[in-house]
Amino acid sequence: MSVLVFLEQHEHALSLGSLGVLTKAAALDPDVAAVLVGNDELEPFAREAGRYGAATVFTVVDAFPSPLPGPRIDAVVELVRRFPNFDTILFSNSVLAADVAAGLAARLEAGINWDLVDLEFRDGQPVGKQPMLQESQVADVGWRSPQRIALFRAGSCAADPSAPEREPTVESLTVAFAEHTLAARVIERTLRADEGPSLGDADVIVAGGIGVGSKEGFEIAEQLAAALGGAVGATRAAVYKGWYPASAQIGQTGKTVSPKLYVALGISGAVQHKVGMQNSKTIVAINKDPHAPIFEFSDVAVVGDVHTVVPELIDLLRKHAG
Amino acid sequence: MKIAVCVKHVPTGTLRMRPDSGTLDRSGPGELNATDKNAIEEALRLKESGDAEVVLVTMGPAAATESLRTGLGMGADRALLVDDEAVAGSDLVATSLVLGRVLEREAPDLVLFGQQTADGGGAVLWAAVAERLQLPFVSQATQLSLDDGLVRVERETEVGNDTIEAKLPAVVAVSDAINEPRYTSLKGMMGAKKKPLDTLTASDLGIAADTLGVAGSQTVVLGVGAPPARTGAVTIEDDGAAAQAIFDYLLERDLV
Repeated sequence: MSVLVFLEQHEHALSLGSLGVLTKAAALDPDVAAVLVGNDELEPFAREAGRYGAATVFTVVDAFPSPLPGPRIDAVVELVRRFPNFDTILFSNSVLAADVAAGLAARLEAGINWDLVDLEFRDGQPVGKQPMLQESQVADVGWRSPQRIALFRAGSCAADPSAPEREPTVESLTVAFAEHTLAARVIERTLRADEGPSLGDADVIVAGGIGVGSKEGFEIAEQLAAALGGAVGATRAAVYKGWYPASAQIGQTGKTVSPKLYVALGISGAVQHKVGMQNSKTIVAINKDPHAPIFEFSDVAVVGDVHTVVPELIDLLRKHAG
Repeated sequence: MKIAVCVKHVPTGTLRMRPDSGTLDRSGPGELNATDKNAIEEALRLKESGDAEVVLVTMGPAAATESLRTGLGMGADRALLVDDEAVAGSDLVATSLVLGRVLEREAPDLVLFGQQTADGGGAVLWAAVAERLQLPFVSQATQLSLDDGLVRVERETEVGNDTIEAKLPAVVAVSDAINEPRYTSLKGMMGAKKKPLDTLTASDLGIAADTLGVAGSQTVVLGVGAPPARTGAVTIEDDGAAAQAIFDYLLERDLV
């Protein structure tokens, strides 16, 4: 068994999600390798990956101004052709990683399991944990193909930069890109303004639902998020009312997150929302309705009005921060 | 110009498992996957602004005909259904083989997919299909236009907004933000009954049955169980001290 982790990098930073999967992989395979494709100077990122446990990092320069899946599929195909011992290839879900993983599955005729929240080895064989049927069940999934591809749910593995001090071996690889890979290109990219951590990378998320009451009501969610150093999310219902942007929507038709702390304000906990956040490590829910379904999967269930409890909590946090 | 739209017939309502195979029970009522309507709508808009034939492609049981009729009622020109017992329970790699073979025969200029499927299956299928066809692909499209042998796509990702150009033929997966799908009129539904809907089998496509279905899939469900329950939950009734209680809880667990 030999594990390869796909590292994702945007605008001079490795994604926390892919470093989380690398941390997980290093615990399973001390000789874990990682692959990084980009047009940057890649060596510093390869060294950084060493702190998360990578023993070897393969770098491929693609000379495309912005990341597209094609060059990454070509790179991993080439890597696996040269080093056929890589039999388990891990990804952290993102727009880019999902496209790479699925394209790679077709190229290698390799089984792909996605939306995994964990992976373990049983009798030397990898077994993935895949929540299903709106999170009511968890399936153990396996592979039959010689190469196995696993796409982890974003944020399901914590990134830990405290791997034993060791310099990873960095190997740069030259890859000939396929004709159809060269047939797509990014002609413009606008980065989203950076206002605190993004939902996918945040350790703390404060999310608002209908119980927040109004667009203005989201200000307390923003203040609480600021006091906790987190990001703001919203339910589909709140987004549909125009109280918060769709990019912040958490749930089945929005983002799936699993921060260390999830604070749900005035959220009933409909299945639609639950599937996007129930893997958060700690869930604190504040809701007036003692029968709100969210209390069934919260660690702290607060029956109360967000408009009185949250401002008091913000005061306490600010005093604590000095 | 020919546009193929890959669609999926998904179960309506509560999803269940088939106890024998660990795959989704698809025997109950179904409907056209919601985002696939956005893909059909986008194809119809391109047809209306130029000239195009819109072909629907799906793989599934005979009941999937209902979803194809819905799409034909919206305005697609014809539909293809790969209906073969051998394909039931196919994983992503096997499914992409079947769709790839159908699309190879059809040779469309543009292939569209809907981004999410309601049943969680094949959420990344387009990339596998595109790689089988050796075509460029773009996902998450929120805007799409055609220009001189190119498709231009606007999309939103975790980090920002991209404008991407790909040479035709190409594969594009659209998000539900791209348009508002039209309703099927009664006249449309009546007309849909007369439109061509052809059924193919795996052998029509020259695919050996043993490379498909549960038996031919490269992934396997080993078992299904209940998720671990949260233990040690705390309930706080707000009597004026809830904020302090939350603060203490967070402090104790090093979360502030």
